Amino acid sequence: MPAKTYVQTTINGEHVDFLCEPRQSLLECLRDVIGLTGSKEGCNDGNCGACTVVLDGRIVTSCLVLGVEVEGREITTIEGVACGSTLHPVQTAFLENAALQCGICTPGFIVASKVLLEQNPDPTEHEIRFWLANNLCRCTGYDKIVRAVQDAAVKMREAEV
Amino acid sequence: MAIKNYEPNMVLATTEYEVVGTRPVRHDGTDKVTGRAQYGADFTSTGLIFGAVLRSPHAHARIRSIDVSKAEAQPGVLAAVTAKDFPRSDASPDEYVQLGELNTRLGYLRDNILASDKTLYKGQPVAAVAAANAHVAHEALALIEVDYEVLPSVLTAPDGMKDDAPILHDHLKTEELGELTDRVSNVAQHFQHVLGNLEEGLAEADVVIEREFDTATVHQGYIEPHNATAFWNKDGKVTIWCSTQGPFEVRDASAASLNLDIADIKLVPMEIGGGFGGKFEPYGAPVAAMLSKKTGHTVKIIMSRAEDLQGTGPTPGSNLRIKMGATRDGKITAAQAHLAFEAGAFPGSPVGAAAMTVFAAYDVPNVVIDGYDVVVNKPKSGAYRAPGATQAAFGVETVIDEIAEKLGHDPIELRLMNAAKEGTRRADGPINPKIGCVEVLEAMRDHPHYNAPLEGPNRGRGVAVGFWINGAGASACTIMVNPDGSLTLSEGSADIGGTRTSVAMQAAEVLGIPVEKINPQVVDTDSVGYTSGTGGSSVTFKAGWTAYEAANDIKRQMIDRASKIWEVEPDTLDLQAGEITSKVDSELRMSFAELAGQLNDTGGPVVGSCSLTPPAIGGAYAGSIVDVEVDPETGKVTVLRFTCVQDAGKAIHPSYVEGQMQGGSVQGIGWGLNEEYFMNEAGGMMNSSLLDYRMPVSLDVPMIDTVIVEVPSATHPYGARGVGEVNIVTPPAAIANGIYRAVNIRMEKLPMNPGAVVEAVWKNGG
Repeated sequence: MPAKTYVQTTINGEHVDFLCEPRQSLLECLRDVIGLTGSKEGCNDGNCGACTVVLDGRIVTSCLVLGVEVEGREITTIEGVACGSTLHPVQTAFLENAALQCGICTPGFIVASKVLLEQNPDPTEHEIRFWLANNLCRCTGYDKIVRAVQDAAVKMREAEV
Repeated sequence: MAIKNYEPNMVLATTEYEVVGTRPVRHDGTDKVTGRAQYGADFTSTGLIFGAVLRSPHAHARIRSIDVSKAEAQPGVLAAVTAKDFPRSDASPDEYVQLGELNTRLGYLRDNILASDKTLYKGQPVAAVAAANAHVAHEALALIEVDYEVLPSVLTAPDGMKDDAPILHDHLKTEELGELTDRVSNVAQHFQHVLGNLEEGLAEADVVIEREFDTATVHQGYIEPHNATAFWNKDGKVTIWCSTQGPFEVRDASAASLNLDIADIKLVPMEIGGGFGGKFEPYGAPVAAMLSKKTGHTVKIIMSRAEDLQGTGPTPGSNLRIKMGATRDGKITAAQAHLAFEAGAFPGSPVGAAAMTVFAAYDVPNVVIDGYDVVVNKPKSGAYRAPGATQAAFGVETVIDEIAEKLGHDPIELRLMNAAKEGTRRADGPINPKIGCVEVLEAMRDHPHYNAPLEGPNRGRGVAVGFWINGAGASACTIMVNPDGSLTLSEGSADIGGTRTSVAMQAAEVLGIPVEKINPQVVDTDSVGYTSGTGGSSVTFKAGWTAYEAANDIKRQMIDRASKIWEVEPDTLDLQAGEITSKVDSELRMSFAELAGQLNDTGGPVVGSCSLTPPAIGGAYAGSIVDVEVDPETGKVTVLRFTCVQDAGKAIHPSYVEGQMQGGSVQGIGWGLNEEYFMNEAGGMMNSSLLDYRMPVSLDVPMIDTVIVEVPSATHPYGARGVGEVNIVTPPAAIANGIYRAVNIRMEKLPMNPGAVVEAVWKNGG
């Protein structure tokens, strides 16, 4: 067994430290070492987006980041999107627009959509589709997901005013 | 209680409802948008260890020997298993095991879990190990020594049917038109449906079109790979935690393969990340159980994406020959289909369903349908959303389009002229009950999309209509009344798309309470009666029906209890809008919640239940209208606009119906334009990743417009038909017809990817 590395990082605003093997992905560390199973593994090679997290403000597929790489960095996972007992507007919009069916891709879509709307509060349909093109959904055909992001954008802009 | 006598309830089916037809937020929604929902891979347990599966590198090989000793000796490895570790029961290997929409024989089931003497496809499991760490388990697979005698392989149905084809199963004798022959071949079955007189029908026709089609193997593509965790306790009881469409089917198949009593296995259904028909087979569950028996630990096995693509059951490729004739005024007089489907490694392709659906949208007097179930060296085929119907519709709907063109009829009008109706007989026997084929076609014809101008070069509009049988099956439901008047509902149907809510809504409607007052739970197989799997578009139909009856059981018991408290006759009381009232004494009234609070002191708790196997639904129809643009230089086809029209019977939760229509449409677009198992000559899948097995992403598709048609099912209390599948049937055909209108080429192969389109353009002199 390879020697483990001690990693200190920030996850969802909390200081977290853990031990990981050099070969373990961030996704594996989140799920199996730290116990945050909201990020999902659909392919383990960066093509499905179900493991999308925010790393220092950028969205990444956590299966393509090594656990040892997150030393001293900041991560937001799906578990950190809601604020206490209040859902994020993107989460509410996904529920109210029926934008999930099986729900396995939903954490990745919500994390990616949240960052989109932080960077672009009024995206066009094309911009939403372009941004979310690294997230596969096999259930919805994307229609209701696009509508949910549009709806969340409106709600978030109204809240800003 | 169970339903004894069924009476059609058309009055209810045309009624407006309080809860049914509304769009509440699903009960499991918050868990699924916050990452709290527990899917199969998320399960953990004390002492959990990890299994890994060694898979055949050859498409066809005899196993001379397997030596696991080096793997077992590896530090960290706790056990290894092969097929030899599994008990051989007295049951015949030919005995059938129920697996949702497709059934299989016990011998085949076992060989697909772990191969015994031969491997029949690349990716078939041959051995497995368990280790404290998943990486160690996977590394140990390289230490297993398997001595293979590699055999020639065969990959398509037409090749498999040849006289000199390599034979997969030395003992597989062909069933020819219902009779078992002595002929050993890869054709497991040839059947035929005949209606009228084909030759006479063809003689009456003024135009006859015949075309041959080939479709590629495609995968369901659920985002969550197969997974299973099992614990074999010291008392011989086994618990399985997994994501499956069929908790009871996987339990029973696991019991059969492990030679256990069904009562010895409890299956705990975890949340399921998509299935589309592909999550009925047990795969890793019996292997994890056997590794657990050997180690004493709980064992988890999760497939990688490559394992999932290569080692689970895709829907098969097919070869079709469709011939149809029509008179000058547009009456279809004859139809013939030759349907040869790849079963994969073991018999059981969906060719039977293809034959039921192929001409089911039409009233054709003279029909011959020949179906062939052909084993080939690919994974054993599984169900995929209206299994068999999409392949069949690709052929038929293309030929119909060509007939319409030749005769100068509008393609929808020609279909309407020949549309199947109540009373029309299908060639495979059944006479249609009330169906919505005409209504779907009329809604397509009248839709703004169909009548909008489509301008620009290389653009075309295609249409297609299709049918799916829709299943029903056994279902059980229990509803408990809590002391505050809220209710807890237990059901056995895995919820893949919001069915907890669509089922609970049907109970809420009966009791006149908001659906939020009901807490629906999908419970383990020890906690609810047998419930057939989430397939065949059946859950909202069958589980909704049981919830309706269980709620009626509660209604009766609550009225009974109120009558005892008030000392009046029960038939003077009513329960409506959450209140118990007297028909004769306006002073007597009590809310449902008030009465619920008194139950324990007035005779005990109230639990309503129902178990039933409902009568058939009466199938469903759907159609697609699609605008495409073809780039004749690159062959790329862009979907500009898409409309799906579907008969839902009654849409219990319209948003979830639309979601099924949109999801099925986009899966159909993927099947039509991109997706295929790209095989090398040795039978290896060359594109076993989600980069190379390219499913549609959000940029590939437009918004998917939906039109829900409601022609109530004549059986279901609210008229629901089931909506999960038929929406995938027509997109490939509609796209093919759109491509024809755009660039004047008839596509005869799926997928219609850029290479195939360019080749067809060149062949056409383009």
